[in-house]
Amino acid sequence: MTKSFGDHEVLRGIDLVVAPSEVICLIGASGSGKSTLLRCVNLLEPLTAGSVWLGGQEITAPAIDPDLVRRHIGIVFQSYNLFPHMTVLKNITLGPVKALRVPHAQAEGDALALLARFGLADRAGDYPDRLSGGQQQRVAMIRALAMSPRLMLLDEVTSALDPELVAEVLDVIRELAQAGMTMLIATHEMTFARDVASRVAFLADGEIVEEAPPSELFENPRDERTRRFLRRITDAGRL
Amino acid sequence: MFLAAEAIIVVLALLLAVIRQSTGPVLLPLRVVALGYVDVFRGVPTILVVYAVGFGLPALNLTVVSTQDPAVYGVLGLVLSYSAYVCEVFRAGINSVPLAQVSAARSLGLTQPQAMRYVILPQAVRTVIPPLLNDFISLQKDTALVSVLGAIEANRAAEIYSSTVFTYSSFVVAALLFLILTIPLARFTDHLIARDRRRRLAGATI
Repeated sequence: MTKSFGDHEVLRGIDLVVAPSEVICLIGASGSGKSTLLRCVNLLEPLTAGSVWLGGQEITAPAIDPDLVRRHIGIVFQSYNLFPHMTVLKNITLGPVKALRVPHAQAEGDALALLARFGLADRAGDYPDRLSGGQQQRVAMIRALAMSPRLMLLDEVTSALDPELVAEVLDVIRELAQAGMTMLIATHEMTFARDVASRVAFLADGEIVEEAPPSELFENPRDERTRRFLRRITDAGRL
Repeated sequence: MFLAAEAIIVVLALLLAVIRQSTGPVLLPLRVVALGYVDVFRGVPTILVVYAVGFGLPALNLTVVSTQDPAVYGVLGLVLSYSAYVCEVFRAGINSVPLAQVSAARSLGLTQPQAMRYVILPQAVRTVIPPLLNDFISLQKDTALVSVLGAIEANRAAEIYSSTVFTYSSFVVAALLFLILTIPLARFTDHLIARDRRRRLAGATI
């Protein structure tokens, strides 16, 4: 994929293959293109050049309706983006009821089951302003999961959270990974990436500089830019 | 009568605002019409619109159009004029909804019309309640304009009464009647704004 905003080239030729149930963690400095990459995968941003294929089908083809594709890809944002004028339950059932045309009662039942699975069943009738950041982010993840996506995109989902709330969100992600969800995760949480990722990809200046299983990339980085980045992270005490 | 006008204005203005905010080539003719409507009816003073409708339509001597009660012409003139202003207020509200909300809604696979209806408009309308209230207070006062067509309004009724009794207290009564209508509405609006602000501040990083 190549993506430019006007003159500014953000993604300079990204080639990435993700197998089913793989968890790819994208690491890199701010501005390296991680968020843009994710937004291009779920067609929120049109590509300047290149293509995206999901399950053997080219989803960036002009004949394809992006709304239909987005129903199969779940994305969770750094700033949760829950709908503030709806209860937690309504936030979760809106997609299934309106986009997937699931009957209301069934959608509610599924939503309550998901909420119970992640320990938030008693919050179903609350508005988002009554929840903590960690709870809101978990609801945001459940909202994406309620669409039964084939792929989940997580864009720095813990970066806006207080440190003590980060763990509960990471636990949810860990559980999803173990259940076999295919995931692309942009993150600054290096220890977590080491734990959960099948592969880690280091992005810099819009390119994937290096891509390897976490043990390899964190212990023996091959590229100098990767080494420098990891050194900075270690110096900051984050690895 | 002012309540009927208010309801029609909200519906028409919302329709105009959604059309003006639409993208896509299919709706281009409608967008041009909406833009023209708003330009004309914001550019021409309301009183002239009321005159044009109230004296102009009867002068056409058509069967249904020319034989209505003066109050109907008054409502029509006000609706045409105010819908243009209120449309722009709604557009401001729509533009004020954070783009992140639109991203979240579209990412779920909702179409743009669905995102507009379930996510954007509910938030947009809540945001613009204060300026809308301004416009509707103004509308109440403009119902006095309708008196030029001979329709009986609170203002006019006060004039008629005071001319028989020769005191200005009737104008005070008219003013009090307007206040009795607007003050409860203003308090209720404050309550809605406070509640909505609480909810919105929890939803994003701002």
